[in-house]
Amino acid sequence: MSVDHTAAPALPAAPLSLVEHFERGLGAPVCLTWELTYACNLSCAHCLSSSGRRDPRELSTRQCEDLIDEFQRMQVFYVNIGGGEPTVRRDFWHLLRYAVSHQVGVKFSTNGVRLTPERARELAGDSYDGYVDVQVSLDGATEEVNDYVRGPGSYRTATTALANLRDAGFSDAKLSVVCTRHNIEQLDELKALADRFNATLRLTRLRPSGRGADVWDDLHPLPDQQRGLYDWLMRHGDEVLTGDSFFHLSAYGESLPGLNLCGAGRVVCLIDPVGDVYACPFAIHDEFLAGNVVERGFEAVWRRSPLFERLRAPQSAGACATCSFFDSCRGGCMAAKFFTGLPLDGPDPECVQGHGRQSLIEGGRDRPAPSQDHSRPAKRAEPILLTLSRRSSPRSTPAAGPQQELPTQPSAPPVSACNQNPLADHHPAYVDRLDSAWSTSERKKAAENGHP
Amino acid sequence: MSSPLDRAWTLTPSVAIRPETFGGLAYNFSNRKMVFLKRPKLVEVVRLLDRHPDARSALRAAGVPTCDHVAYGRAVEQLASSDMIRLRRQV
Ligand code: SF4
Ligand code: SF4
Repeated sequence: MSVDHTAAPALPAAPLSLVEHFERGLGAPVCLTWELTYACNLSCAHCLSSSGRRDPRELSTRQCEDLIDEFQRMQVFYVNIGGGEPTVRRDFWHLLRYAVSHQVGVKFSTNGVRLTPERARELAGDSYDGYVDVQVSLDGATEEVNDYVRGPGSYRTATTALANLRDAGFSDAKLSVVCTRHNIEQLDELKALADRFNATLRLTRLRPSGRGADVWDDLHPLPDQQRGLYDWLMRHGDEVLTGDSFFHLSAYGESLPGLNLCGAGRVVCLIDPVGDVYACPFAIHDEFLAGNVVERGFEAVWRRSPLFERLRAPQSAGACATCSFFDSCRGGCMAAKFFTGLPLDGPDPECVQGHGRQSLIEGGRDRPAPSQDHSRPAKRAEPILLTLSRRSSPRSTPAAGPQQELPTQPSAPPVSACNQNPLADHHPAYVDRLDSAWSTSERKKAAENGHP
Repeated sequence: MSSPLDRAWTLTPSVAIRPETFGGLAYNFSNRKMVFLKRPKLVEVVRLLDRHPDARSALRAAGVPTCDHVAYGRAVEQLASSDMIRLRRQV
């Protein structure tokens, strides 16, 4: 998120910063993900929602329309539609048009399977008037690295879809990459690939959610790769989108562009294909289930569910309380901790100070059992993670080995753009900007202009 | 160049505002930008812009103290730069 630090006049301190307001929750989510179906033509090894088979209780077209009406009433300005593969729902294009005609913008995530040249032209045409954004998932700059996690043929499907969008004149599609041990060496190539399709690169964190829990140990970036990622983001952060993925890396020094807090149940939530509302797309587990939209309506769940009220109450920093980086890192990602069996009020499993690794090794692992799984049994019998040649494997580092390099500690704790309360410090601004994917180029500029 | 406060503004047609406790959230459906208006007064001002010959009189109508006008002028500029508000053609 961007804070404009160039506004000069000093103003009286405001009682709460924007981040503090976020922590207490908003009237409606800022980042709502709606997974339309658990059905998917692929079986990605790290699927956060363990998708594959359609759930027979999936919301009907009518129920989806009612939900969109509710979004409109609550002024949820846009939703991130995903799945599964949302475009395999027969009413997908109808729901897209329905949302747009009810003042609800849509960004949908797809593996590209239904993005034919005709669909691409339709999306680029006037009828959607900028209300629809498309995000194509691709987890490697080469067929080999991508298909290793996403399955045979998926690279071709995704790049064909991106080419169709470009050729139709669709502006600024997103190429979305989950950063793994294998593709993290390809960041420059991924950026070049996105450029080739006139698309914006979006990098997200591999979280141990859904099937991701089974492969996280083997796929999550190694500590030196995390450092490399941080350095890359410091150089290119204003050209790529990252959402709230990497704020735990801000403990390396300066905070990165993007949202610097865990928004789960506060500004973020997920509605799954059967209408269950979870605190975050990466937290599909009974533990984070707030209620169901069919039973109670979305607004009631969002505003009054006991779970969300709890998440919006002040949280203990636990073992992180004494860490000098807590202000920017805030203990990292709740879902990553939960699914690796770490305490929610302690360090992130990928804590760059090495504390998470320590607890993973010392505490043993008591990973929670998944509370649901829509994987296709047949597909799971042909595991995907088998075909990567040595050539593409990362710089070899023993995965469970000791912490390799402790990052050098800067002399002063880092300052997060959000925590640097723009109303209470000497550089107040009345306006904070945020694009629909949690990132703008403004913050970087502010930092260059003499971030205090 | 004259101050943004001396000019006439209007809310961009594709923009909607949602009130929040800290102020409000403005969203432009066409460029998909979101902006946080960090004072309830600022939300009021933005809603009043249309009905006033210039931003300054909208500030006065909303009861913004004069000492805050410069900061609000800056906010008006920022809102214009993300196309949340536009210059209104004088009639
Ligand atoms: S749990 Fe993790 S992914 Fe979910 S909102 Fe919090 S930081 Fe983001
Ligand atoms: S100890 Fe906690 S706050 Fe400090 S860097 Fe690690 S996860 Fe972040």
